[in-house]
Amino acid sequence: MIWNEKYECMSRGDIEELQLGRLKAIIHTVYEKIPFYKNSFDRVEVKPGDIKSLSDLTKFPFITKSDLREGYPFKMFAVPMQDIVRIHSSSGTTGKPVVAGYTRKDIDTWAELMARTLVCAGATGNDIIQNAYGYGLFTGGLGFHYGGERIGATVIPASGGNTMRQVMMMQDFGSTVLTATPSYSLYIGEVAAEMGVDIRELPLRLGVLGAEPWSDSMRKEIEGKLNIDALDIYGLTEVIGPGVSVECEEKDGLHIFEDHFITEIVDPDTGESLPYGETGELVFTTLTKEAFPVIRFRTKDITSLNPDPCECGRTLVRMARISGRSDDMLIIRGVNVFPSQIESILMNMEEAEPHYELVVDKRGVLDELELRVEVSESIFSDEIGKLEAIQSKIQNEIESVLGISLKVTLVEPKTIERSEGKAKRVKDLRAKE
Amino acid sequence: MKVKQISVFLENKCGRLAQVTQILAENDINIRALSLADTMDFGILRIIVNDVEKASNVLRSAGYTLGETDVVAVEVPDRPGGLANILSPLWRAGLDVGYMYAFVQSSGENAIMIFRFEDPDKAIEVLKGSSVRILSGKEVYQL
Repeated sequence: MIWNEKYECMSRGDIEELQLGRLKAIIHTVYEKIPFYKNSFDRVEVKPGDIKSLSDLTKFPFITKSDLREGYPFKMFAVPMQDIVRIHSSSGTTGKPVVAGYTRKDIDTWAELMARTLVCAGATGNDIIQNAYGYGLFTGGLGFHYGGERIGATVIPASGGNTMRQVMMMQDFGSTVLTATPSYSLYIGEVAAEMGVDIRELPLRLGVLGAEPWSDSMRKEIEGKLNIDALDIYGLTEVIGPGVSVECEEKDGLHIFEDHFITEIVDPDTGESLPYGETGELVFTTLTKEAFPVIRFRTKDITSLNPDPCECGRTLVRMARISGRSDDMLIIRGVNVFPSQIESILMNMEEAEPHYELVVDKRGVLDELELRVEVSESIFSDEIGKLEAIQSKIQNEIESVLGISLKVTLVEPKTIERSEGKAKRVKDLRAKE
Repeated sequence: MKVKQISVFLENKCGRLAQVTQILAENDINIRALSLADTMDFGILRIIVNDVEKASNVLRSAGYTLGETDVVAVEVPDRPGGLANILSPLWRAGLDVGYMYAFVQSSGENAIMIFRFEDPDKAIEVLKGSSVRILSGKEVYQL
């Protein structure tokens, strides 16, 4: 099913024409209404009138998360406060949060995008959607809520947490769709098992999961344990929240709603634009947001774009599943390595997901990669041979996937540094040049 | 007839073994037998103690990764062929020894060997058919 065939199935020519018209307008707006953009455009001597074609966008400067933070709380808004009807914000774990404002029309656009998202993932008006994304400043809860109501589904505003109650609602209300983070969906499965509930036998059939990076192997785990289809969604507070892109049942890339967003892939080091198919950093320009538009926002998320029409009928460009972050990408002997690739291999092991850390150092001129894995009781054995077998299994699988050699070291538990919030997985000891 | 052995994962770092023995000493736990297997990076300390539960608890709460394994303790006569008489029936029954180590009891005459089998119950059955003496856990903990 397609929620909005007109905009989801346009020809490339039509979509680009639509984008160009909207781009010209938004560039004018930010230049006139937001001093930050006026200053940054003036600094590199570009004018709103310079946009003659879509490719002219690359002449304009990037905006980063720290630029947005500098604007805390409301300096990046393009409309006066009386036009703002809603505030959301990022979590702000690494400093001041990024605050996003929405006009009434923005809320309407967002609901439309979330309706497209849910329908693209396979939900219909007959579904009972258990929305276990957090309600509050976080965009996940209310974003899904409005989309679910827009398609006429029954929305349970479960929010996150209280997991036994989540299981109870799944049983008693007969939820058919779960919207949550992938890790929380697995946790709900575990709690159900502890409660003696066979979650696989419940009516639940679909998970629309996102807000954190996850791998295809984790998808298989979720699909097996919950007996559902698990689809990936992508979004970020700086762009709109969820509703930026989503997979369809083909599970072959996430469709980006291009009538509202222009997407670029750039080289994370040089900022140079990369062609379709090449892997680099994802950059967004919003085309229709009134309150909080962004021009060339660098996400630091690494992916590639595919413009080929999809089997599902949509012509929207598709982004590959996020393979990592530009800020934790490692180059080892010329090979790009993302910790998420290694995580996905570790997740594939029968044993519980271990704590791990990557250490990069130089021996002479050569980079050396070491993977330190904590030995939990589930992988420990009193026999050297069995531990060495686990060591070499990890090593062989990583070498075959990444194409680089590495050393796997088993270490004692709790010896790898824990950080609050996002785990620090990489230690680069090579001298910075 | 089985004996509980505790195995402890240790990184090959200076002082790790000393720390484990220090924790056991502070908690008044006596080590009956011990063996250490090691590679370049890590080692596995295997110990038999007088109080398995207490030792497990104190080591676990100190953050060590532990395993508890059933092993078999056998008295080995101190004469030529003593060990061969034990191993031959096991070999004929197709049972592999994972690893083994020996210690001498204080009263002195015979050595005691600790064996790790994949299937300790089957090994005990085979050994019972020969003339060797198998020690119970209780006997070993109280030696």
